[in-house]
Amino acid sequence: MKDFLFIYRAEPNNGPAASPEEMQASMSKWMDWLGNIAAQNKLADRGNRLHPAGKVVKPNNMITDGPYTEIKESIGGYSLIKAASLDEAAEIAKGCPVLAVGGNVEIRELNLM
Amino acid sequence: MQQPELIPHLFRTEYRKITAVLCKLFGIEHIEIAEDIASDTFLTASETWSIKGLPENPVAWLYMVAKNKAKNYLKRDALFSQKIAQQIKASAEQAETIEIDLSAQNITDSQLQMMFAICHPGIPAEAQVGLALRILCGFGINEIADAFLTNKEAINKRLFRAKEKLRADNIAIELPSAAEINKRLETVLTTLYLLFNEGYYSAHTNTTVRKELCAEAMRLTHLLTENEATNLPAVNALLALMSFQSSRFEARTNEQGETILYEDQDENLWDKDLIDQGKYFMDAAFDNNAGLGKYHLEAAIAFFHTSKTDTKEKWENILQLYNRLLVTEYSPIAALNRTYALAKARSKEEAITEAEKLDLEDNHLYHALLGELYSGIDNLAAAGHLKKALALAQSDADRTVLRKKLSLLTGNDTP
Repeated sequence: MKDFLFIYRAEPNNGPAASPEEMQASMSKWMDWLGNIAAQNKLADRGNRLHPAGKVVKPNNMITDGPYTEIKESIGGYSLIKAASLDEAAEIAKGCPVLAVGGNVEIRELNLM
Repeated sequence: MQQPELIPHLFRTEYRKITAVLCKLFGIEHIEIAEDIASDTFLTASETWSIKGLPENPVAWLYMVAKNKAKNYLKRDALFSQKIAQQIKASAEQAETIEIDLSAQNITDSQLQMMFAICHPGIPAEAQVGLALRILCGFGINEIADAFLTNKEAINKRLFRAKEKLRADNIAIELPSAAEINKRLETVLTTLYLLFNEGYYSAHTNTTVRKELCAEAMRLTHLLTENEATNLPAVNALLALMSFQSSRFEARTNEQGETILYEDQDENLWDKDLIDQGKYFMDAAFDNNAGLGKYHLEAAIAFFHTSKTDTKEKWENILQLYNRLLVTEYSPIAALNRTYALAKARSKEEAITEAEKLDLEDNHLYHALLGELYSGIDNLAAAGHLKKALALAQSDADRTVLRKKLSLLTGNDTP
C-alpha cells in the first residue's frame, strides 16, 4: 500500500451562505465518503478542511492575500489515502463530493523520504 | 452465607485488596510475595475456620492475619526486609511497627495505582488483561485459562512474563502525574475495554463466566470514576458504553445458551436500571465540552440500540457515528456494522456496493452481513454467503444462528 495525498479543489463559493441544513447535508456527504474509504481501511489521515483566506509570500518579501489571483479554484481541503496504485487511488476519488459541485480531486503519491 | 461458599466469595472480593495493598507497600518487584501472603492468608482461614468456626467479622479477621503474616515475613526474611526497609524507609528492626494500612481508602488507592502499573504501555495487551484478572479481579489461574479458552500452563507463562516485565522496567505503583494521566489512561481503558469484550463477545458458552468478566470490567471502570484524578470524560463514556451493552445480557441468550439476535430479543428482558446508569454516565461524559473520542462514539451508538425504534433518522444517526468512529480508528467490526447501518439508512443496494469493497473475505461476519443484505434481492447469492459464513464460523453459537438464517432463506433445513 502507498500513501496518496488527495487535494480537493473547488471554486470559492461567492453565493449566499449555506443554511444550517445545507451545511449539515454537505457535512454528511463528506463523512459518508470518508466513512466509505475508512471502512476499507484505506484512510491514512482524514486530513483537514482549509479556511478560504490565506496569504502568499513571494521573493523579495512580497506578501499578497490569497492564492486566487493565479488559480481560479482554491484548495478546500486534503486527506491522505492508502491505495495499491495511482489507478486505484483515482478509482477511489470518483465518489468524492467535491465533484458534485464542479470541483476536482488532485491525487499525488507521497514521495517518502 | 455458609462457610463453603463464603471463602471463595471472600477470595474474590478480598484477595485483590490484600494483594494491592501489600504490593504497593513492597514494590512491584515483590509482587509474588504479596500474592503469596494473600493466598496464604486464605489457606489459614480455611484451616482455622473449619475447626473453630467462622469468626465474628471474617473480613477483619483476614486483614489481621494478612498483616501479621506480612510482618512475620519482614522479620524472618532478612534480605528481603533490608531491601524493603530501604524502600519504605524503615530499619529492619522496626519491621514490626511498619504500618500495614488496610483501610478502605488505602485499599481503593492501592487498587487504582495497581491498575495503572499493570496497564503499562510496555506490557503486551493480552498479558495486561490476564494480569488484571489475576491481580485486580482475584481470578484463579484456572478461571483465567477458562475465560481465554486456553490451559493453565499458557496462562502461567503469560503471567510470569508479564511480571518479569513489570520487574525489569521497575514500574512504579503510583497514579501518573496530571500531565501524563490522559495518555496512560488510554492503555488502562483499552485493557478494561478488552476485558469487557472478552466477556461480551467471546465464543464462551458459559454465560456465568462471561457475565463475571463484564461485571469485573465495569467494577474497575467504576473505580476510576470515583477518583477525582481519573474521573475523566473518556472513563465515563466507556462506563456508559458498558452499561448500555450489558443491559441486554439476559435477553441475548436462551436457556440452551444459544444466541438470540438483537431484533429477536425480548425488550422486557433488557435491564432498565443499567440503561439508566448508562444515560447517567453518558451525561457525565459529555460534560464540560470534552472532545469526542472513540468511547463517546461507541457509547452513543450503543445508546441508539437501547430502543428498537426502527426509523431512517435513527439509522442515519448511527451511520454518521460509525463514519466518525471509522475515520478515527479502523476496525473490521466497525466497518461491518457501518455497512449494516448504511443499508438501514439508505438502501441495501448501496450497502452491497460498499460491502463488496471491504476486503474481509476471511471473516464469517462479512459473509453473514452480505447474506443479510442480499436476502430479498438475490436469495441465491444470499444463501451462498451464508454457507461461506457457516464454513468460517468459529463457535457453535454462531453456527446455530447461521443455520437458522439459512433455513429461513431456503425454506428447508440444512445439516
